[in-house]
Amino acid sequence: MSKQVKKETKKDPNKKEEVVSNPETTKKGEKLKEDMDKLMDEIDDVLEENAEEFVKNYVQKGGQ
Amino acid sequence: MKKIIGTETEFGIILKGEGRSDAVTNSMFLVNSYPDVLSSAPLWDYENENPLIDARGFQADGERERPGSEYNRLLNKLLVNGGRFYVDGAHPEYSTPECADPKELVLYEKAGERILALSVEFANRRKRGEAAFSIYKNNSDHKGNSYGYHENYLVDRAVSFDKLSAQLIPFLVTRQIFTGSGKVGSDLKNDNTPYQISQRSDFFEVLIDLNTMVKRPIINTRDEPHSDPKRFRRLHVIVGDANMSEITTYLKVGTMSLVLTMIEEGREVSGVGLDDPVRSIKEISRDLTLKEKVRLKSGLAWSAIEIQRAYLEAAERHFEQSADPITEEILQRWRSVLDRLAEDPKLLSREIDWVIKQELISSYMQRKGCGWKDPRVAMMDIQYHDVVSEKGLYYALERSNHVDRLLTDDAILRACETPPESTRAYFRGTCLKKFSKEIHAASWTSILFNVGDGAVKKVPLMDPMKGNKEGVGRILEKAKTVEELLTLLAG
Repeated sequence: MSKQVKKETKKDPNKKEEVVSNPETTKKGEKLKEDMDKLMDEIDDVLEENAEEFVKNYVQKGGQ
Repeated sequence: MKKIIGTETEFGIILKGEGRSDAVTNSMFLVNSYPDVLSSAPLWDYENENPLIDARGFQADGERERPGSEYNRLLNKLLVNGGRFYVDGAHPEYSTPECADPKELVLYEKAGERILALSVEFANRRKRGEAAFSIYKNNSDHKGNSYGYHENYLVDRAVSFDKLSAQLIPFLVTRQIFTGSGKVGSDLKNDNTPYQISQRSDFFEVLIDLNTMVKRPIINTRDEPHSDPKRFRRLHVIVGDANMSEITTYLKVGTMSLVLTMIEEGREVSGVGLDDPVRSIKEISRDLTLKEKVRLKSGLAWSAIEIQRAYLEAAERHFEQSADPITEEILQRWRSVLDRLAEDPKLLSREIDWVIKQELISSYMQRKGCGWKDPRVAMMDIQYHDVVSEKGLYYALERSNHVDRLLTDDAILRACETPPESTRAYFRGTCLKKFSKEIHAASWTSILFNVGDGAVKKVPLMDPMKGNKEGVGRILEKAKTVEELLTLLAG
């Protein structure tokens, strides 16, 4: 599949946009974005509910 | 490479849902929630402990810790992996067993996170859902209070302490560029730093001293070797951050082990003395581009990367003929990390804590359209270090394959239950597992066995390299009773 893409780019080297539309790159980019969205959702799920209150009350005694 | 290493981590502790409660009581509750099968009831033997002896040749004033039996048991859990889980001041603390190389150390330090997480699980169960603990492997509450992470390295006593300090200061001040855990904000007054490299750098006020809790020094002079004082010193490094990333921890203790071995073997790095280390440590922590330069004693100005490269190049020359696989691996990683930091720190977003955290928070801010002052961002900074797998943000990155690893979960779990085979921790851990009821007390340097009629017999462990599996494995396997064990040891 990647060979085909290469061929297409060779045919018309002036059309740079074609590189951007490489289906694999796009797929990879989408996957990355999906991963990141999933991770951000997970963070929202696990983050302490009242962050402001929690952070304010997070006071420790000095240690070593 | 053979270097005896151990680390101590003080954890941040919060109990939610119980109204007023104090950190000492909470720490004690947590430590005593750890399941008995994995720890043991003997006392901690304080006899050989004296943190007041100063490497500069005197003893400071102060009380030595000597708790009574009942209190001693409440404060201390001796772990079957050879380590110690205890209450230090107002924090739960975990000390790894003595390890023989940097990779083993990473394994046992990560085991400590699991040990704390398991304690949280059991402690929350004891609270019947009415209150819940959170435990953080970080070093700052962002309100000017720090709690420590200490590295311990066994060093040849023949090396003078002055030489050791002079050689180490530029290294310790600059290594944060790959050992920092990252911190949102600052612990200094009137300072608007949004994000900095190190959790701990704000807290260092002097160059060399015995203190660890106030006016913290870059070089700590505590001279408590936990071994034969004529042969060894235990270098007590208090200037580092506690890390979540396995690779960051590996680089931190790995590069330090190489530098110490070089110094012991007479190699010196010259021309890198800093003009004002206490100032530089804070400046470097604030330069996220890593391009700024700090002033040297020579009048020149070098970047932290340039100073680290001087140590790396000296190490590459020094170990050229004698590099074993671990030394080789550390040298390669060290060079690769410095090269990528020089090119663009973002390239380390799978390996180095401060970059991992910065990238995570930046992505979050971008999606939410918020800034560094947003309370959710401050919360993320704290929760990155949560030791409970379902809550810790570092673990979320680990699960979703956003960070690189060195270890497997199985190996880490095994390290909670089994001591390293390479040091005296093997003897300690195996005895605690096998003869738990017959042990009266134990410490880094001794095990005291009950031998009947109220009598106690002490087995000294003054050499960290002796008592390993190679030396005592067969004896420990053969002995069915303590009596047999003592006879076999004497023979």
